[in-house]
Amino acid sequence: MGDAKAAGAMADTFPKLLIENARRFGDRPAIREKDLGIWQAWTWQQVHDEIAAMAAGLRQYGFQRGDSLAIVGDNRPQLYWAMTAAQALGGTPVPMYQDAVAEEMQFVLEHAEASFAIVEDQEQTDKLLEVMDRCPKLKEIVYKDTRGMRHYDQPFVRSLDSLMEAGRAFLADNPGWFEAEAAKGKGSDIGIMVYTSGTTGRAKGVMLSFDNLIITAHNGVLWDGLNENDEVMAYLPMAWVGDNIFSYGQSYVAGFCVSCPESSDTVMTDLKEIGPTYFFAPPRIFETILTQVSIRMDDASKFNQWLYKKFMDIALRVGPDILDGRPVSFVDRALYALGELLVYGPLKNELGFSRFRLAYTAGEAIGPDIFDFFRSLGVNIKQLYGSTEASVFICMQKDGDIKPDTVGPPALDVELKIADNGEVLFRSPGVFVAYYKNDEATKSTKTDDGWVMTGDAGFFDADGHLKIIDRAKDVGKLNDGTMFAPKYLENKLKFFPYITEAVAFGHEKDHAAAFINIDLEAVGNWAERRGLAYSGYTDLAMRDEVYDLIAECVDKVNRDLSEDAALSGSQIRRFLILHKLLDADDGELTRTRKVRRNTVAERYGELIDALYSGIDVCPVEASVTFEDGRTGTIKADVKIREAQIFPSQQAQAAE
Amino acid sequence: MAYERNIGDTLLAVDQISLSFGGVKALSNISFSVNEHEVFAIIGPNGAGKSSMLNCINGFYHPQEGTITFKGKTRRQVRPSEAAREGIARTFQNIALFKGMTTLDNIMTGRNTKMTKGIFWQALRFGPAEKEEMEHRAVVEKVIDFLEIEAIRKTAVGTLPYGLQKRVELGRALAAEPDLLLLDEPMAGMNLEEKQDMCRFILDVNDEFGTTIVLIEHDMGVVMDISDRVVVLDYGKKLAEGTPDQVRTNQTVIDAYLGVAHDDEDE
Repeated sequence: MGDAKAAGAMADTFPKLLIENARRFGDRPAIREKDLGIWQAWTWQQVHDEIAAMAAGLRQYGFQRGDSLAIVGDNRPQLYWAMTAAQALGGTPVPMYQDAVAEEMQFVLEHAEASFAIVEDQEQTDKLLEVMDRCPKLKEIVYKDTRGMRHYDQPFVRSLDSLMEAGRAFLADNPGWFEAEAAKGKGSDIGIMVYTSGTTGRAKGVMLSFDNLIITAHNGVLWDGLNENDEVMAYLPMAWVGDNIFSYGQSYVAGFCVSCPESSDTVMTDLKEIGPTYFFAPPRIFETILTQVSIRMDDASKFNQWLYKKFMDIALRVGPDILDGRPVSFVDRALYALGELLVYGPLKNELGFSRFRLAYTAGEAIGPDIFDFFRSLGVNIKQLYGSTEASVFICMQKDGDIKPDTVGPPALDVELKIADNGEVLFRSPGVFVAYYKNDEATKSTKTDDGWVMTGDAGFFDADGHLKIIDRAKDVGKLNDGTMFAPKYLENKLKFFPYITEAVAFGHEKDHAAAFINIDLEAVGNWAERRGLAYSGYTDLAMRDEVYDLIAECVDKVNRDLSEDAALSGSQIRRFLILHKLLDADDGELTRTRKVRRNTVAERYGELIDALYSGIDVCPVEASVTFEDGRTGTIKADVKIREAQIFPSQQAQAAE
Repeated sequence: MAYERNIGDTLLAVDQISLSFGGVKALSNISFSVNEHEVFAIIGPNGAGKSSMLNCINGFYHPQEGTITFKGKTRRQVRPSEAAREGIARTFQNIALFKGMTTLDNIMTGRNTKMTKGIFWQALRFGPAEKEEMEHRAVVEKVIDFLEIEAIRKTAVGTLPYGLQKRVELGRALAAEPDLLLLDEPMAGMNLEEKQDMCRFILDVNDEFGTTIVLIEHDMGVVMDISDRVVVLDYGKKLAEGTPDQVRTNQTVIDAYLGVAHDDEDE
């Protein structure tokens, strides 16, 4: 643990870091929030005072050392403060997914034995009240937004303002109390508990110590040279481990300012106003941005389209090389500079990317087209490979050493090895302490000497970069023995803007086949430009014209696959477009929007049979959960299409 | 509602109103009163005179007979602009927004009656006018926050979906900080989710700001759920008045709605 020394010089808990930052960065902004249309900022000193008041308030109402504090809501300064306040009191903050339904929340609240909850608003309060009688440990609910809360007269429901008021009164009589409380914590204490979304089974509570989080955050800061002048936008769920590192841990370690958007719908506008320098987004978001840019360019004037195309060609040719510092001819440099002035600069400004020093993406493979698009614009987007159990960082790409299809070399202090079955194992200072109340799962994931099984299959390329192909348990075989990596096929399909989600089948089958979800925005726009009327997703998805469009994409994937001897046999022979979007509310996707393969296979069994039976149309009925929790059914006749199969290129060459 | 509401004294009293267009009697001898902090609904079949009634209240139509008393001031004829200044704001059955303007600007127009600085200062946006505009903008931002429309603040209203346009129109009415809010079919043409949202906003407006609300609505489920009292009109005449429960069981009302002849005993 080379950098434990460097980190050792620093405070070893977040409350201690807070006290240090209030001294070091006193009047520099620590966090911002857009409220009533205006960006409000708090300095490190102010944040310190607010957190001290919140901690004192929590103590006034009976929060004890060892208690858990559930935190539910969008990214709000007060909710981030609640994390540090709980930590200062020797408690464990448990940030939870704010869009979870009441039953899902009940599981986490009960399992984590949360005694207090700090929530954003009435909506979250209602959900907690709904399950409260089934969570015997939960004693107090504290809400931030007072709107609509006037008539809640339960004695255990109170406003954050009143709690902090009580805290301030206590602090006035007990100066130095907060510092004394904070001093009781140490690095090996549990800092945060996050629940993994879990592609299989119930969520597990991952206990991360202050050491895990602070050393890992610090290593990330060293890797990319982050400092107090950086800017971050906090918009991904607080329950997700990444947000705890990017918007919380690294902010405390490096001292940079975190901005909270006005609402989840305004992120793109707020991004433009803040102009972050350090950004994280899953591939899906970059994909959405590229799709929107393409759509808007399609509607632009002829001249603008021409200009955009001309300069994007130049950017794609030389942009990545310029970004990575490789030699580029003078003429190309001049052209690129002109493009920066006319196209790239204004475009980046429009997207809020102007000040990006670096952007990370992770969670899924990113489409090479998308990756290249942003890099060619001069956006330093890099991939990383991480997990909750590692406090995020396992592998990360280095500036100037970027490849679109790998996740880079191991991060600082991380050891990696590949097991015989291809599974990736790691060991690092970030390795989690244990799963809460689940020794069995801890034992099956972490060995006694600290190696953690990721469950992902991968290999090192010639440069020592890790390449992930699929979940180890998902890599299967077709009946003829051909290797079948479903995720690999799905990602290739999803790289098309028209396809938002895909599920590939083939293990122990005669050939590969796929379910497809079309992208309503991209295909809808495509249909509009062709004068094709449709009433909604289901209607659009059933159109023959749309099937033709998707068939073209599948054919292209098959042609790509045919170029690779090992995968040529797993070309997609038949596909269908699902009559509904896969949805987290129906349990088909996880909250982080990964496909739950088993649920999908169970729910659409008849459609899978249809893919392998040779019939052309399959009538189906599917249950859906609406946002208000009611359920309904969708009926449709799903069509099945044959795709074109290409002979293996290598076999041809050999003939 | 489970909690107590402090319904106050009479805010608006409509007394013996009659309105006719040529030979057509739109309203005849209508009387009712609305109390402070109440949600009051006017219901009735098509052509019953509901919108005409609202138009009389905010001074758009001038009834031939009868008086309207608002905040203790009895008046016969009043111009819409005067009504607005007295604290009556409304939304329309067919959305009446400035389509090319942004949500923010549209809601800002709701502050028009409260702007005191002359057009000269406003055009220069300088000195006192600047300070005034900032105050108005603060009110508008509260409305935007309240209606959860931050994401469309800078979007031209014409490009928004119908349900959101309705919400913006409500926002413009709210920006005037009215004492009496007239809503003409606030939920027409909405889907279930949008209706639920709109109900919540109406109740929240009533609850948070204590605004008195008079609304016209076709969706009986909605009306019965959110109103304190209901008046039923049919062919310009008042059929009944009372709490939702009283009105629901009133035989005349049932007959009018089911289109049953009055001497028929069928339901």
